Amino acid sequence: MTSHAAAAEGHAHEHHYTTTGLDNRKVAIWSFIGSECMLFASLISTYLIYKGRSVVGPLPHETWTDPSTGAVFKPILNIPITSASTFVLLMSSLAMVLALAAVENKDKPLPANAGWWDRQLASSKLWLWCTCILGATFLGFQAFEFTSFVHEGLTLRRNLFGSSFFTLTGFHGAHVTVGVIWLGSLLAIDYKRGLRPSDTLMVDIAALYWHFVDVVWIAIFTLVYLIK
Amino acid sequence: MATAATAPAYTSSESHGATGLMSWLTTVDHKRIGILYLHTSLFFFVVGGLEAIIMRYQLMRPNMQAVSAETFNQLFTMHGTTMVFLVIMPLSAAFFNFLIPLQIGARDVAFPRLNAFSYWVYLLGGVFITLPILFGLAPDGGWFAYAPLTTRTYSPTQNMNFWVLGVQILGVSSLAAAFNFATTIINMRAPGMNLMRMPMFTWMSFVVQWLIILAFPVITVALFFLQFDRFFGTNFYTVTAGADPLLWQHLFWIFGHPEVYILILPAFGLVSEVLPTNSKKPLFGYPVMAYSGILIGFLGFGVWAHHMFAVGMGPMADTVFGVTTMLIAIPTGVKIFNWIFTMWGGSLRFNTAMKYAIALIGMFTIGGISGITHASPPSDLQQTDTYYIVAHFHYVLFGGAIMGIFSGIYHYFPKMYGRKMDEGLGNLHFWLNFIALNLTFFPMHFSGMLGMPRRIYTYDAGQGWETFNLISSIGAFLMAPAMLVFLYNFFKSKKHGEVAGDNPWDAPTLEWSIPSPPPEYNFAQIPMVTSRYPMWDITHPERTAEIPHSTKGWDEARHRSDEHILPGGGHMADMAPAHIETAAKTASELDIPMPTPTIKPLLVALGMLVMVASLLPFFAGKTSAFVVLLAIGAGTMIYSLYDWLTTPLEEAH
Repeated sequence: MTSHAAAAEGHAHEHHYTTTGLDNRKVAIWSFIGSECMLFASLISTYLIYKGRSVVGPLPHETWTDPSTGAVFKPILNIPITSASTFVLLMSSLAMVLALAAVENKDKPLPANAGWWDRQLASSKLWLWCTCILGATFLGFQAFEFTSFVHEGLTLRRNLFGSSFFTLTGFHGAHVTVGVIWLGSLLAIDYKRGLRPSDTLMVDIAALYWHFVDVVWIAIFTLVYLIK
Repeated sequence: MATAATAPAYTSSESHGATGLMSWLTTVDHKRIGILYLHTSLFFFVVGGLEAIIMRYQLMRPNMQAVSAETFNQLFTMHGTTMVFLVIMPLSAAFFNFLIPLQIGARDVAFPRLNAFSYWVYLLGGVFITLPILFGLAPDGGWFAYAPLTTRTYSPTQNMNFWVLGVQILGVSSLAAAFNFATTIINMRAPGMNLMRMPMFTWMSFVVQWLIILAFPVITVALFFLQFDRFFGTNFYTVTAGADPLLWQHLFWIFGHPEVYILILPAFGLVSEVLPTNSKKPLFGYPVMAYSGILIGFLGFGVWAHHMFAVGMGPMADTVFGVTTMLIAIPTGVKIFNWIFTMWGGSLRFNTAMKYAIALIGMFTIGGISGITHASPPSDLQQTDTYYIVAHFHYVLFGGAIMGIFSGIYHYFPKMYGRKMDEGLGNLHFWLNFIALNLTFFPMHFSGMLGMPRRIYTYDAGQGWETFNLISSIGAFLMAPAMLVFLYNFFKSKKHGEVAGDNPWDAPTLEWSIPSPPPEYNFAQIPMVTSRYPMWDITHPERTAEIPHSTKGWDEARHRSDEHILPGGGHMADMAPAHIETAAKTASELDIPMPTPTIKPLLVALGMLVMVASLLPFFAGKTSAFVVLLAIGAGTMIYSLYDWLTTPLEEAH
């Protein structure tokens, strides 16, 4: 068994031969993203099919007056605030790109005339922190949005809009949460032993997931918030 | 047989000292996981078959009272659910596991531990969904679980919860396996194993993995909606809140029709291996066989609403879905003809596997033709929800999928266990099964045309249904002895069957180039492939003279292998032109790193199951039990997952 173990250790940092030349994990994450596309397509389609079918308010873009009590419910979606949170999430993708580049280029020495900004760009910790914090900020915006909606009378049970809206954006939020935890674990590795260029793939896979979750939000923001 | 007493040349479990229960609970070897899948799904096959026999006893004569209407609802729901999710899919998964790495010349799947996880989730999910029938709590809303009928308003008991949560769990298993096998087929092929050289079973499996990857998320969403409606009071299926009563049907069948191809394509793949081998000719029209499989997969996503002609979608939707449904008959027909042309002019060997493969061609064609009769909406309106439909899909799934899978079991049993199954008993099994199949399901065409509805638990005399039902029941009872003969043969042959050798059927593909059963590392030297039929190139070059040969892909592989290591570890020296391997050394003697066995995948699956099951007390309003179970499940899952992710696959001892 010793030769076996030695062989395993010796191979730990070599590249495996694969048919496509890509790492297995990279192929798997792409197939996973394909599956996720169908998941969000089903959620978004259901939201769109149910748009305008709610029998009671509050409604996303229209004012609704309760015929029995005369209570007035204003359009509930807050587009300025959600635009801000969308911007935050998009910026997190930028930070993710910089984090990946920092890991990839770790072994390259900084040029002699490197300034303050060049040194910041080379810090994977900084950009992973930025991505995490921006992702968490987006989640904070979503928590604020959900609580204020509940205060305005929109719950999961209230109407079809509530059911489909909270389920769709909740699923997206859950994906962002998983992403933040994933990035946090990369950060933990970075503090423990330092991310090396040989870890590029590990960061790349997390980045692919993160960008995908961003792209889904662009679709949700456009279809749910912007189009009336 | 004189050789019957000799032990097989190689016994994988003995070579590395891994026997006993723990070795099975911790295995990450795709071949052992395949064998686990096979045994578990055969067990569920018996369960699903017993459910069917009770139903057929109840329907044998008019106004029988053997079971109550409520029990009957549970029986037909669980029969369908069991056969689809716990029998045919995992029987196919048994072959995916056992065969795909062997057919493409790999040493394991891409993610061995994820593979073990898929199996354990399947086993636990299967137990979760099946066990309640012993307590009268089994799901009772049909295998399609149409909402709003299955919402809390109309199904207020726990019964449907087992279905909603159980199918969700089984979906996790199927998806995890699909990512794994798609990656394996894309990325783990031996040098020279180009796409157009892959064995047809691997091709059909590849299509199926994509169907699972793209269709299962849709039912995942439909199930989440139903789960949220039942547990948290959302309104997705509440018609009084404005919900569309057809939402579930659309989502379910967008998943459900690709699911039909998920069930049948692996069987098509298996007979596409059996027929050329036993006709001693290459598969007729290999590229067209691959393309027609892909086309079936594509079209399979565009026909779902033919399950819904009776709901009144309007002439436009009915026409479109009628036409797409008829279109799908074209690639399917291409396959049928190609199988026939494969046999044409061949020198046929009628062993049990071959008989089952030929039976698939005939029986599936009957099911396919009755299918075309309800591709036409006006004709379908006469047939919807009658026994005619039951006849149709049993010819497709029993006459097609199960016949193909039995063919595969007889054909690949020697590779799995090193011994052949008994041909005499196999012959008996085949004829009993074949007669029982036709006796059971053919009369249903007539009882259906005479107007007998599906899912009724009894019926009055005098409607012309008595004789047909009696014949159907007799046929169903005959399936029990057929299955007993099979199981006796299966377990007897594992120990006492005729020793098979590497390639008992003189088959052409890579899995037959290695010992039976294969050693844990599969290939001591990774084969370099030059044609579709590497074994026939060695043993029967005349058969493959017209097949394209080239060393395309070799040079690049050689170049890369200077710095890279081969799938599953091993160096350039481990690669050799495809050849017959006879050496039986252990992995450590050959210096091949093997993944370390681990219990973590089982623990993660167990944690997940407990988490999901915690919703049952939640449904009953027992919040403390819910919280305790949730905490235990989540704790087990997170701890085991952390341990799994931080432990390398090949642990240094």
